[in-house]
Amino acid sequence: MSEYVIEMLNITKEFPGIKANDDVTLQLKKGEIHALLGENGAGKSTLMSVLFGLYQPEKGIIKKNGRVVHIKNPNDATALNIGMVHQHFKLVEVFSVLDNIILGAEDTRYGLLSKREARKKVLELSERYGLKVDPDALVEDISVGMQQRVEILKMLYRDNEILIFDEPTAVLTPQEIVELLDIMRGFAAEGKSILFITHKLNEIMAVADRCTVLRKGKYIGTVDVSSTSVEELSRMMVGRDVSFVTPKGEEHLGDTVLQVSGVTVPSRLHKKDAVRNVSFEVRAGEIVCLAGIEGNGQTELVSAITGLEPIHSGRIVLLGRDITRASIRERSKIGMSHIPEDRHKHGLVLDYSLGENFVLQRYWQSEFQNHGFIRKKKMHEYADRLIRQFDVRSGQGSFTIVRSMSGGNQQKAIVAREIDKNAPLLIAVQPTRGLDVGAIEYIHQQIIAQRDMGKAVLLVSLELDEVMNIADRILVMYEGEIVGEFDPKKTTAQELGLYMAGAKRDTRKEALA
Amino acid sequence: MKFLKKPGAVSCMASLLSILAGILFGFLLLIAFNPSHALSGLVNMTTNGIANSDKLAKVFYMATPLMMTGLSVAFAFKTGLFNIGASGQYVVGAFMAIYGAVQWQLPWYACILLAMLGGAIWGSIPGICKAFFNVNEVITSIMFNWIGLYTVNLILLNSPAMFTNYYVPQAPNTPLTVSLKLANPEAILPKMGMNEWMQSEYINISIFLAILIAVVMWVILNKTTFGYELKACGFNRHASEYAGINARRNIVLSMTIAGALSGIGGALYYLSGTAQYEILKTALPAMGFNGIPVALLASSNPVGTIFSALFVSYIQVGGEALQPEYVKEIIDIIIAVIIYLSAFALLIRGWIGKLVTRRSLESEEKKLSPAGKKGGNTPC
Repeated sequence: MSEYVIEMLNITKEFPGIKANDDVTLQLKKGEIHALLGENGAGKSTLMSVLFGLYQPEKGIIKKNGRVVHIKNPNDATALNIGMVHQHFKLVEVFSVLDNIILGAEDTRYGLLSKREARKKVLELSERYGLKVDPDALVEDISVGMQQRVEILKMLYRDNEILIFDEPTAVLTPQEIVELLDIMRGFAAEGKSILFITHKLNEIMAVADRCTVLRKGKYIGTVDVSSTSVEELSRMMVGRDVSFVTPKGEEHLGDTVLQVSGVTVPSRLHKKDAVRNVSFEVRAGEIVCLAGIEGNGQTELVSAITGLEPIHSGRIVLLGRDITRASIRERSKIGMSHIPEDRHKHGLVLDYSLGENFVLQRYWQSEFQNHGFIRKKKMHEYADRLIRQFDVRSGQGSFTIVRSMSGGNQQKAIVAREIDKNAPLLIAVQPTRGLDVGAIEYIHQQIIAQRDMGKAVLLVSLELDEVMNIADRILVMYEGEIVGEFDPKKTTAQELGLYMAGAKRDTRKEALA
Repeated sequence: MKFLKKPGAVSCMASLLSILAGILFGFLLLIAFNPSHALSGLVNMTTNGIANSDKLAKVFYMATPLMMTGLSVAFAFKTGLFNIGASGQYVVGAFMAIYGAVQWQLPWYACILLAMLGGAIWGSIPGICKAFFNVNEVITSIMFNWIGLYTVNLILLNSPAMFTNYYVPQAPNTPLTVSLKLANPEAILPKMGMNEWMQSEYINISIFLAILIAVVMWVILNKTTFGYELKACGFNRHASEYAGINARRNIVLSMTIAGALSGIGGALYYLSGTAQYEILKTALPAMGFNGIPVALLASSNPVGTIFSALFVSYIQVGGEALQPEYVKEIIDIIIAVIIYLSAFALLIRGWIGKLVTRRSLESEEKKLSPAGKKGGNTPC
């Protein structure tokens, strides 16, 4: 009977105001890669958390190899050989890689920690699967990609047979994604079963055997990947046709909005400067895209422009006013809005309600306050409008505590807030990270609409597809410098890739500036 | 069960249940220490606070400084700061109030303002250290507790006019500051005739002032842009900086206000006319530290501190009725246990919440079941 290693039958899980999973069924075969697809907030993460024992479903049963099991906590899941790589990694930052891997499954000898065996096993696993890690490095010092390999090794160390990957590629560079997909294929070939949660349809097409689709908490269907197409999958997921290339009209260039000249920003991580003598400008009515592999100074450059970090030297001019030393509030008032890279750290006050987050930069405006008193009614009316307009889904509308919302909807809330600010300059750092195709399409449309309204847009993205799709001009950053400028119509992704990897570079004019 | 769906009702219910659990456990301790008086002790302890109007006045009298230090801790906590320095701010406030009253012969309202200023300065220094040098406020405020205590004691010991024998030469030499009735009756808080009505010297306007301040603090935190900024900094400093909020300024302001609240607490207690400051070289007044459980018991809600301070004060006054059958230390242990268990409110709130959702789900299921179970198992 047990063709399936794991069956989740008719699972229902409710949160206040929302049915995150409504009668969902998922069956995983041995040795297959099974993709779980759905929009943001469709209930994928909830379903996996149920399987991993983080939530108890109100209804439904879970079977392993045909036998009903009760998974009350992650320890039960581990005992059943279920392992999970979470979307936001669960690592102890100040512990070493090795300590993180053995945490919770430590070997002891006479009550004392004995790490020798563990180290051997970790090194073996790391060798065998090509998961390169440094066992003695502290987690806070290693790259996101390596942190993910640590999470994967954690599962292998516990001899897990069922591996859950919750949006593993969202944080990776294109090269790392290719490696990860290879590693996943290797696991499946060995007979391990993989549940792969993602928004990226081409990854599903590349690696998965079957795919289960959820929409708004409901089960839509399971399909064989070999007999389906990207278009069909996206239709199942969103419930309508989605276009992958956002139509874009001619650009109408206006005056210079943002001018950055000779900016150098010191690094927090190392002694070298993170951004070195960078100059460029963004004009009204154009989308300028900063492309590059993560960690080449884009984050620091944006921090400098938005005022989060002080700069070493150089000058930043916004709408003709020197803002090099201006406070964040002043920059915002002059006309800058900013979709930050880290939505949990900078973008949102997670313990505030959605309504309170929408006015995070506007609560002091007369629209929302009266003699220092917040006008809550106005705030919620405003929030309701944004929720409707940008389709932000949550349990209790503008009163929802943002922490309880799904990651994608949190991101949509930030995008809604920043676009609605209507500032002449929009800085968007990875605005579509972790979003589904429907939401990406919508946000791309919004960004292009901003440009068509004569706004200047500075977009920072790690996704080449996104860069090629919506940019009017592309600047490639490598090791803190701008190494090339391109017109997306006249270049290719391969060409950009070479510049991003540092294999090619143009000598640019700012050397003289 | 329906009213339990409101979060406010759940919180209240949970607090009451945990207080009940605390009192039951206190009863077990009473039995353990002296079984023959346990039952009468329990009755005395739980009713002493309302035994007569004098006792009730004393509950109010003891609750006032607790309310203020509780507010102080709660207010800072909302901004993400742990103000363990309420004791020091309280001492400095008390000192400023009695020093102003005796040495400078100021009226009561001026003394309160002076105390507020003193507490504010004492609170602001850890705030400044935190905001500008990232020094943990817990460490600085503990240091400032002791610096405050010793400075105050030092000044008082060198001010002969602060002691009774300056006015009455034949009086014994005590470490207590002079009674305000003797030194400056103008500085005693008005009683508005309530002392006649309640037959008690303990009653004065201070409890009403404290309640008023608590309500004002609630309004500031929940209704104003200032409170919005403070809480945003408390929840997520990075995000508030990103939004252009001056987090440093807010940290300093929050600690300053917290200090001012504790300072007022010291003034309200020692300007009652019934309390005299005792110079102790080794101990900080308990009123400061007891502000922490008061704030926790109220989940840092300013209005909640009104009730939690009254409760803690009520239990303390109740404990007095256990003497002489129980020794003072045991009474303190019992009081501590009751307060400790009361802090389980949060846990109990979680239980009630779970119970309610389960019940409502079950009843929903019952409604559905006559219609027949939906056929669900349809994998494609």
